[in-house]
Amino acid sequence: MTWVIHILNGVAYGMLLFLIAAGLSLIYGLMKILNLTHGTFYLVGGYIGLTVMQTTGSFILALIASVLAMALLGAIIERFFLRRFHLDELPQTLLTFGFLFIFADLSLWIWGGNPLMLDEPEILQRSVPMGYYAYPVYRLFLIAVGLAVAGGLWWFQEKTRLGTMLRAGVDDAEIARALGINVSLLFTLVFAVGAALAALAGVLAGPVLSLYPGADFEVLILAFVVVIVGGLGSLRGALAGALLVGILDDFGKAFFPEFALFTVFVPMAVILVLRPTGLFGRR
Amino acid sequence: MKARVWPFIGAVAVLALLIALPDILRPYYVGLATRMLIFALFAMSLDLLLGYAGLASLGHAAYFGVAAYTIALLVLRAGVDSGIAFPAALVAAAIIGALFAPLALRARGSYFLMITFALAQVVWSVAFGWRSLTNGDDGMPGVTRPYFGWSLDNTTSFYYFALAVIGIAALLLFAIVKSPFGRALRGIRESESRMQALGYNVWRHQYAAFVLSAFFAGIAGALYAYFNRFVGPEYLYVVQSAEALIMVILGGAGTLLGPAIGAALIVFLEDFVSSLTEHWVLVLGVIYVLVTLFAPRGLIGLYVDFRQRRALK
Amino acid sequence: MTALAVENVCKNFGGVAALAGVSFDVNEGERRVLLGPNGAGKTTLFHTISGNLMPSAGRVALFGLDITRLRPDLRARHGLARTFQITNLFPRLTVLDSVLLALGGIDGQRLQLFQPPSRQRTRYGEAARLLDRWGLAGTAERIVRTLSYGEQRQLEIALALAGKPRLLLLDEPTAGLSPAETRRVVALVRELPRDMTILMIEHDMDVAFELADRIAVMHQGRLIAEGDEAAIRANQQVTDIYLGAE
Repeated sequence: MTWVIHILNGVAYGMLLFLIAAGLSLIYGLMKILNLTHGTFYLVGGYIGLTVMQTTGSFILALIASVLAMALLGAIIERFFLRRFHLDELPQTLLTFGFLFIFADLSLWIWGGNPLMLDEPEILQRSVPMGYYAYPVYRLFLIAVGLAVAGGLWWFQEKTRLGTMLRAGVDDAEIARALGINVSLLFTLVFAVGAALAALAGVLAGPVLSLYPGADFEVLILAFVVVIVGGLGSLRGALAGALLVGILDDFGKAFFPEFALFTVFVPMAVILVLRPTGLFGRR
Repeated sequence: MKARVWPFIGAVAVLALLIALPDILRPYYVGLATRMLIFALFAMSLDLLLGYAGLASLGHAAYFGVAAYTIALLVLRAGVDSGIAFPAALVAAAIIGALFAPLALRARGSYFLMITFALAQVVWSVAFGWRSLTNGDDGMPGVTRPYFGWSLDNTTSFYYFALAVIGIAALLLFAIVKSPFGRALRGIRESESRMQALGYNVWRHQYAAFVLSAFFAGIAGALYAYFNRFVGPEYLYVVQSAEALIMVILGGAGTLLGPAIGAALIVFLEDFVSSLTEHWVLVLGVIYVLVTLFAPRGLIGLYVDFRQRRALK
Repeated sequence: MTALAVENVCKNFGGVAALAGVSFDVNEGERRVLLGPNGAGKTTLFHTISGNLMPSAGRVALFGLDITRLRPDLRARHGLARTFQITNLFPRLTVLDSVLLALGGIDGQRLQLFQPPSRQRTRYGEAARLLDRWGLAGTAERIVRTLSYGEQRQLEIALALAGKPRLLLLDEPTAGLSPAETRRVVALVRELPRDMTILMIEHDMDVAFELADRIAVMHQGRLIAEGDEAAIRANQQVTDIYLGAE
């Protein structure tokens, strides 16, 4: 039964990683931007959710406020900063690094250095029996949300006109432009949605992982591992990679505490050697 | 003639100033100057890869940190003499570079950034996680400085040691970029396909630049371990890698001198701002944004523009 | 002797055949021009000869040596040089540096961290002569991207010639040049040593007929005609698809 618990924990964590990595991967796929601010959307999103929750007591409001705030921040960063350096990877990377620092310091200023926990919504504050253990419902809820978002993104990408544009854009921006797709709007939209998903992850992670300075970096790095493992620009890859990394991370922490991160990084290195484009990446 | 004399006079003046520094400044500032020199070398080593070969790495801390950790591990865990550990550290840094290069060189642009970043994180995770060997997060204090017949334990003597090592390393770097190899790197930066058509083995040149760059970063890392008498996982962290990038860009990539100035400036600013406020990280973030927006070719670039504008008038 | 043998070369891009089995030989010392409308596959063919693209099928031989799978830089070592249709220079280097790089191509497999001063002097001398010959002597210290388009096209050819190639591929050397510049380039190409084999893509009929010993005409990834000026002018198919279009 321990194994089942660990796998469930890993899957729940993997779903959070998926929410972050999906945006990161789409942003990279479409704009070739290595967005180092992505962990910031997660952490600041979580913090904003926390503050809203503390003032209003509503988890739903916390989610909405944080998602909207980070979508707006993402759109601003894309439109007014990254846009100027289209396909010029170095300035883009440095800009996103700058924003990472700025918001890391500002949130340390505002929310302090101690880990803060978000309360889960009351309705989810219970557990279900599972063998000798009682498993928290909230984690099952995380898995459900992750699957729902994955399903929603898949539907968006495969069944909507905008999704078709997105896929065309990921394959070839020139072709997309030639097809008369408004690439400019698409860029901002994808960046905003990516930021919103990361914020969603931040609020959802609040009750489980807590929020603390440095969490932005930690999830960012794991999300990059997910993207490298899964393949850039691929939603399927982000999902598969996130589940793999989530489970490996959980098992690593449980069984090889000394090499906890190693259980994640070694498979990544192996994939880099054997399949540089990732599990589901195209060339 | 005038164009040739002034840089020479400038170099002599700077060297004289650097040599006289301990007599002018208080020990605290001599220590700060040592740090500026170490990071100047670190930034120059990255410039070889970024400014000349055109490969922007976000994992340069790996070689810096591996050299530092090699010193600490050999001295503290294996009881090796601190001076003998020095060449071993440089070899270790070069080996890590030689291992990472084939993986990273399959990519270009932002994917190259990402792979170098990921590989450096692997090294970081070993230093961070393997507590029984590296003390993890706590780092390894008690690294001794080498003894070459005279003690390097006071600030001034270590400053001169670092100045000598970094001076030699910098001269080598300048010689490398002025050599036909350095010219070939610049050619590759400008057009890989053209260089191939001319008969150049592009991959071999990039590989060599990668390993050399790691080697010189290793010199800086080894000196830093001696300087602080301490190593910690932050030496290997992506923040350190990114700081090297901003030092290079702030000074002006592809000039060697620029990145050295950029590094000195960032180290100085960090010290200065930290004495005024706790929010150095915020200031650093703003520097990243401002430099990217307003000085993408660095201080040297701004200077060149200024000269050209004046010449036009 | 056959300088270049192209045998049944095919190249597919995702199901579309850019080259559908092209075969021809170019003899040593011959000046051959490739004609054909846009999209005929001329530049793709050049890329498979220079190694920038690998053919999907077929074989390319340079002076009897099979180079089909050889890296571009190793082909250069075997005496092949090329220019690019879209100017491919070193935009931020000086003209002199560009030429020195081109002259250093013969050592391009080695890492030259040190160069004896005597060799360095020789190289500078060679570079000066090359620039002089191509009318670029006054531009040695200029940054390449500040050169005029015509100067850039001339530099493009000068770089290709620096390694004294045995086979030179010129991809539309006169495209976009003024009539005066075109005449200049034609004259310079005519003056090249006769033992140098030249294969060039050219759109300008007058230039093509003036320079070529033989002409090959491509259409839709195939070679449809080969021969001297008279034979090409007399070829009905060529007249229909190419000359007729003018």
